[in-house]
Amino acid sequence: MAAILPAPSNSRLLLSGNEAVARAVWESGCKVAAAYPGTPSTEMLEVLSTYPDIYTEWSVNEKVSLEVAIGAAFAGSRSFCCMKHVGMNVASDALMTLTLTGVIGGLVIAIADDVGLSSSQNEQDSRYWGRFAHIPLFEPADSQEAYEMTKIAFDFSEKHQVPVILRMTTRINHVKALVTVGERMAHAASGFKKEPARWVMTPAGAGKRIPLMFERDKTLRAEAEISPLNTIENGKDKRVGFVTSGPAYMHVRESFPDAPVLKLGFSCPIPLEKIRAFAKTVEKLVVAEEVEPLVETELKAAGIECLGKDILPKQGELAPNVLRPAIAKLLGEPIPEMPATPAQVFPRPPTMCVACPHLGVYYTLAQIKNITISGDIGCYTLGAGHPWNALDTTISMGASMGIALGLDKGRAEADKDKRILAVIGDSTFLHMGMQGLLDMVYNGGNVTVLLLDNRAVGMTGGQSNPGTGRDIHGQEAPRVDFAKLVESLGVKKERIHVVDPYVLPKLFKTIRDEIKIPEVSVIITDQPCVLVDDYKKQKPFEVLDEKCTGCGNCVDVGCPAIHVTRREKVVKPSGKEVELQFVRIETSACTGCNLCVQPCAPEAIVHADLTKPIRLVKH
Amino acid sequence: MPDNNVTNILVVGIGGQGVMTATEILAEAAIALGHDAKKTEVAGMAQRGGVVSSHLRFGPKVLSPQIMAGTADLLVGFESAEAMRWCHMLRPGGLVLMNTARLVPPVVDIGLYEYPDDPLAEIKARGYQVHAFDAMAIALELGDVRLGNTVMLGAMADHLPFPAEVLLDAILKRFGARKPHMVEVNRKAFEAGRAAAKMAAEEAVA
Repeated sequence: MAAILPAPSNSRLLLSGNEAVARAVWESGCKVAAAYPGTPSTEMLEVLSTYPDIYTEWSVNEKVSLEVAIGAAFAGSRSFCCMKHVGMNVASDALMTLTLTGVIGGLVIAIADDVGLSSSQNEQDSRYWGRFAHIPLFEPADSQEAYEMTKIAFDFSEKHQVPVILRMTTRINHVKALVTVGERMAHAASGFKKEPARWVMTPAGAGKRIPLMFERDKTLRAEAEISPLNTIENGKDKRVGFVTSGPAYMHVRESFPDAPVLKLGFSCPIPLEKIRAFAKTVEKLVVAEEVEPLVETELKAAGIECLGKDILPKQGELAPNVLRPAIAKLLGEPIPEMPATPAQVFPRPPTMCVACPHLGVYYTLAQIKNITISGDIGCYTLGAGHPWNALDTTISMGASMGIALGLDKGRAEADKDKRILAVIGDSTFLHMGMQGLLDMVYNGGNVTVLLLDNRAVGMTGGQSNPGTGRDIHGQEAPRVDFAKLVESLGVKKERIHVVDPYVLPKLFKTIRDEIKIPEVSVIITDQPCVLVDDYKKQKPFEVLDEKCTGCGNCVDVGCPAIHVTRREKVVKPSGKEVELQFVRIETSACTGCNLCVQPCAPEAIVHADLTKPIRLVKH
Repeated sequence: MPDNNVTNILVVGIGGQGVMTATEILAEAAIALGHDAKKTEVAGMAQRGGVVSSHLRFGPKVLSPQIMAGTADLLVGFESAEAMRWCHMLRPGGLVLMNTARLVPPVVDIGLYEYPDDPLAEIKARGYQVHAFDAMAIALELGDVRLGNTVMLGAMADHLPFPAEVLLDAILKRFGARKPHMVEVNRKAFEAGRAAAKMAAEEAVA
């Protein structure tokens, strides 16, 4: 996070792409910035919120954040919004009409593509939005460029009265590199001026704006042809020339220092003539673009011969280890020798935290048979993993509601006795889930909804939302009452339960009772994320070796502080062979949530004696 | 040092160990000496105990932020199996500084996978130099497991193309600004890590 006091101008700072954009937004005199958290975009707004003299907000979803930014730009202020790639799917309804109205104050939309899928449900290519919405799109290749292009984007947006997309990827957003920063400039809002033909998009009004959009396309194309953001670097090895953008540019430069390169910074609309001229100077032209063959397709359509996805992958990053062998093969050169193969080591998937309130929920769900669980996006998606295996679908933000209803209405004869559950977090529910619940109630669904209210947007680092009672600055804000909210959506009062996810018998009984009732129930769990300030640690536990019978019940909780120290195969009196798992608790990590204590029949888990020195256990 | 004068350091461990912070401090030290630097992570949902590998490249001019397999000059493993997982990233004969502590994930605890018997031996068998020591025990002795990353930074101090003091300054500057009461104990952790790595180096030769 950036310091509270902005670093003075001309400082050379080690900034992530996100921090660099935040700084540039602030320096550009931007007045309003809004976003919904989403990896890898989150830090842009998080850092911006620490700067003075700018309004920032966590919006309930990306569509609202874009609409807030649009309103500010209509009022003549500079505005900014940012989101991860899938966020634009939600916001695009606004975007596709915004392109007709255009803006007065500069509006920059930063979209962070998760190329390589470090933390997302898909790998879609946001460069399409520039084409789809007929708006310009810039692609920085590192932090310094992210900073500079953001500033240029504000000016460009105002000059052409068009929003500008800044397309970033994880390898820009989260890479730290040196940036030389500047001064904040003043920008006075021009004020909202009534102009219904422009701001009220009725069919008649929109019909008149569409030709203007096509006219603008021509202007933008001419701008792209002369833009200093599109540069040609002459190289002496003319066998292969590259057209590339974003992080792929850095990988191309690293891999082929002598190759001619046309770097696209202003990549939509593409500067076709500039590329056509460049193509004539090289023997073969290769388009190195992450993810889809977008520029490649446009070049081929324009009759510019090139190679692209026929030799490079359509998925993941175009890192040097991908580029080098592909180009060697193209040139008929020996394929660079692969270095040593990686050692075989167990996978280490992300886990839920020690004492996470979701552990109680998934431990319970794993005990209930004959259910289908429609899941959602957040930390609780991890419930699909071991040891719980208690989440059956994940599609998009808020989808657990509609999908649960569809699983109910579309059930096969063989599934007629199956109970349908939906699991959703507080922030995801407010983002897009509550509409789905309303639909479910209105249409007579038979679904038990678990609303896991942990008072944070957990997966992205504990940001605030309308359910946390705090705003982006940590100041008190109106707090949603989830029980009242779902009641007002039509869920019967007696079908709404607020339970403590650390009290397993009550949780189990509530879920088991509610799934038997053929209507919509909502069970709200009410304990905070262990990573936010609201969480209070308790006295930690340890295992009494002499009492542990190896039943393994505590292991089923899935808490990362519980470790198996030894396994033993025994034959039960019934003749059945079982494997015993004797355990220890990593007391230094345990926060005393009491979850593992409850299924432990021999009472082998007790509060740790902290007066004894911490014992280091070697496996 | 590779031909383009860029130093490649790969720091690996699991989410929550301070891998990313340690690499950032290392980057700050390199910058203080006038180098260009880029730092990048393959972290995924790392806050949840997953694998973290943090790449640092510094030198006169850095292009790609990613270290290619087989080109890392130094691998710093905050955890045994993680050091083993990433050792192929080292250049032939490269050096591993390795915490011998083992952090066993739930997938191993529930019996789906085995933890490797002897990561240290596996890494050595691949021809890399290894200096191994228990950084977790050192941190706990100093009173806080979270000092582990400063211990590991101390261990790196004598294996960098710049004086150890520059790295220590970067650490103390960071804590001085954010947690002044932590400055002294971090200095101790740094020195303890440096001494442990030195001793491990002697053992490796013996």
